[in-house]
Amino acid sequence: MRDSVTHSLVDIRGLKIGATVFAPGEKPRDIEIVHGVDLTLEKGKVLGLIGESGAGKSTIGLSTLAYGRGGIKITGGEIFINGEDILKDSTSDLRNLRGRKVTYVSQSAAASFNPSKRLMDQIVESCLSHGLCSRKDAERRAIRLFEKLGLPEPETFGNRYPHQVSGGQLQRAMTAMALCPEPDLVIFDEPTTALDVTTQIDVLASIKEAIRETGVGAIYITHDLAVVAQVSDHIMVLQHGRMVEYGTTDQIINNPCEDYTRALVSIRSTIHDETPSRGQPVLKLENVSARYRGLNFDVVKNVSVEIHPSQTLAVVGESGSGKSTLARVMTGLLPARDGTITFNGDILPTALEDRSKEQLRELQMIYQMADVAMNPRQTIETIIGRPLEFYFGMKGAEKRARVVELLDEIELGEGFLKRYPAELSGGQKQRVCIARALAAKPRLIICDEVTSALDPLVADGILKLLLNLQEIEQVSYLFITHDIATVRAIADMIAVMYQGNVVRYGAKSKVLSPPFDDYTDLLLSSVPDMRLGWLEDVISTRKMDSAGN
Amino acid sequence: MPTHLILLVIQRFALGVLLLLASSVLIFAGTQILPGDVAQAVLGQAATPEAIANLREEMGLNEPAVSRYLSWLLGALQGDFGTALTNGADIGSAIAKRLSNTLFLAFWAALVSVPLAILLGLIAVRFRNRWPDRLISAVSLATISVPEFVIGYLFMFFVAVKLRWVPSVSMLNDSMSLGQKLQSIALPVIVLTFVVLAHMMRMTRATILNVMEAPYIETAELKGLSRFAVISRHALPNAVAPIVNVVMLNLAYLVVGVVVVEVIFVYPGMGQYLVDHVAKRDIPVVQAAGLIFASVYILLNMTADIIGIVANPRLRHPK
Repeated sequence: MRDSVTHSLVDIRGLKIGATVFAPGEKPRDIEIVHGVDLTLEKGKVLGLIGESGAGKSTIGLSTLAYGRGGIKITGGEIFINGEDILKDSTSDLRNLRGRKVTYVSQSAAASFNPSKRLMDQIVESCLSHGLCSRKDAERRAIRLFEKLGLPEPETFGNRYPHQVSGGQLQRAMTAMALCPEPDLVIFDEPTTALDVTTQIDVLASIKEAIRETGVGAIYITHDLAVVAQVSDHIMVLQHGRMVEYGTTDQIINNPCEDYTRALVSIRSTIHDETPSRGQPVLKLENVSARYRGLNFDVVKNVSVEIHPSQTLAVVGESGSGKSTLARVMTGLLPARDGTITFNGDILPTALEDRSKEQLRELQMIYQMADVAMNPRQTIETIIGRPLEFYFGMKGAEKRARVVELLDEIELGEGFLKRYPAELSGGQKQRVCIARALAAKPRLIICDEVTSALDPLVADGILKLLLNLQEIEQVSYLFITHDIATVRAIADMIAVMYQGNVVRYGAKSKVLSPPFDDYTDLLLSSVPDMRLGWLEDVISTRKMDSAGN
Repeated sequence: MPTHLILLVIQRFALGVLLLLASSVLIFAGTQILPGDVAQAVLGQAATPEAIANLREEMGLNEPAVSRYLSWLLGALQGDFGTALTNGADIGSAIAKRLSNTLFLAFWAALVSVPLAILLGLIAVRFRNRWPDRLISAVSLATISVPEFVIGYLFMFFVAVKLRWVPSVSMLNDSMSLGQKLQSIALPVIVLTFVVLAHMMRMTRATILNVMEAPYIETAELKGLSRFAVISRHALPNAVAPIVNVVMLNLAYLVVGVVVVEVIFVYPGMGQYLVDHVAKRDIPVVQAAGLIFASVYILLNMTADIIGIVANPRLRHPK
């Protein structure tokens, strides 16, 4: 045995990670993802790794398990765990490392649990396969962890199958699975990103508590600086596989040195002044209810809202609150069961098939997943040109000129005409989708979580673009989102949805000011604040349990 | 078991019964439109028209087809398949003997081939794209490509004739002990195993490779489990339904498709019985054999469906 006192828990030197890319029609080529990163972590400390997608944070996290997804390989540098160079380990040494000394909590616990095994069998598996303790002791450990993590009925929780518990509970169960073998280091890879904000806060609090009580070292990976600020001692900011800045949490949040870090810290700063409601509403919903076939209850209940010209109505709520269903009702994809929808002063037929081409043109949609909303085999020119042809009968040079105009409006330019969706970044794809919606010259665009799949800085750019276009084109938006920061940035009017009902509705300044109803209070207070100690403050002042419990 | 799961199973079962009825209609109709007349076949070319007419009357062949079908079906449901035209023997008891022989052969072939196929599939996944995988794939492809009668005669020549380890003809009788019986059927079991192995092995490999892409496999790997434990404990249980499907299809083949192998080894099973009586235009026997083959096929596929339903944890343990 080596002398463990003199070694750091993790000591990474000059780490380089590469992958082989197999692009269709090209020769496989090697690329480098991480270009020489140094990192140390002492026992019992928490390091936050932060950066946008492609920064290499998950790749670095998994490298401490000597593991690479797909074709990812560690190509250079050294990784010491407790002073032992794991890159020189044999297969059996690696098995001894994984699941015993270092464990992993993934972003999607729902996909990371085996659907055909009971939770308990999976949670104690590491302990048993490494011969750490008897099954009885392992189960006792697990139950103690369930209690610690605030899971319901800890004695019997493990008897359930993964599909029988909620997403937030699964994420906590995965944390229990990682802590059960009492490892030295846990890698948390975006453990709360897929959760609703009110659920995220509970999971975050229980993870923090579990880390503190067990004294385990942790690397916490996320793209959300406000989240990592709550749990970590140090933060490392990464961009394109390089370290940008490293410091204590306090220094990074309050005195960032680098421009990139400053941009991340000030990200939620887009401010938009409220446009008052003027003139006749573009869209008016009166007592609209809707349900899916085969259900015996309404998913949207008695909703009445209005959207005025050049205004943005933000519909905000958690998953399952009925906000996307509301959009389906407006577009006619799911005909309303009851109530009336008025569009430009006329009653709109509830079903899509009964609407006129003109009505279809004036109501356009933008979706969350830009890549699946475009035909991958069509050029950008074809994609944006299609509504021009369909609604206005444009052809040839006239059509091309208009497409170029639209490309300029979305700040991409003529050079993109002949490109295919696969050649564009996530943010660029979403811009093309915006141009396609604008091409129809609509009066209202329904934006369904259009920034949720994007990195914060890119999402910020999209929001700014949408606001600019609103001024130029005088278009109204119905903006569906779960993110309060986005709402603050873009909305004029807000409707808060909870279990199919609109629980709060009105101008942004009114809805976001006290006095709050319990649900809006919970929702607003659950949004992580970019300051230390926020988590403790908010947990101690909550009035209502989150929907995830 | 939760009630909606029981309902699903009952639904499958009812569907199976319906399918069986439909195939009985097909079998009956098929044998009706075959050229030639049963009475003619029984009496031979030299028979007088009067004799044929008398026999037709006696056999009830002048009745309408629907009523003949119904009485045949009712009889079959009670295990009464009528008597063979050629020798007047009771078809039911003749088939019972033959069927039990065929099932005996199929059982031992399945007992060897199914675990072997799954094990080889697991090994192929474990050493994916390395030499064990390639070897297993190549050999199994070769055995499935060579017709079974060629494999059969090759084995017969080398193992039975040259080495004299086992008899070349697989005779069975009641006085034989189990050991003697097994020795007698060794060759057909090996040949059948070769025929059905490749399908099941390749399906196991493909299905498990598909499951291996799932995030929970990464979770298992990051627990430090051995590669084989990851495959057998985490991948296999989630690949059960498609594997069971192809296993059942092959089991059905072991009962229904053994005709060639039974003929090669002169094995007294259903296949040979059917071939003999088709040659003799013994329609009632052909009908009875057809109905039994259809039942076996439908029963096994229904079992595969039901196992697929029951293996789904979401159906077995609802929220």
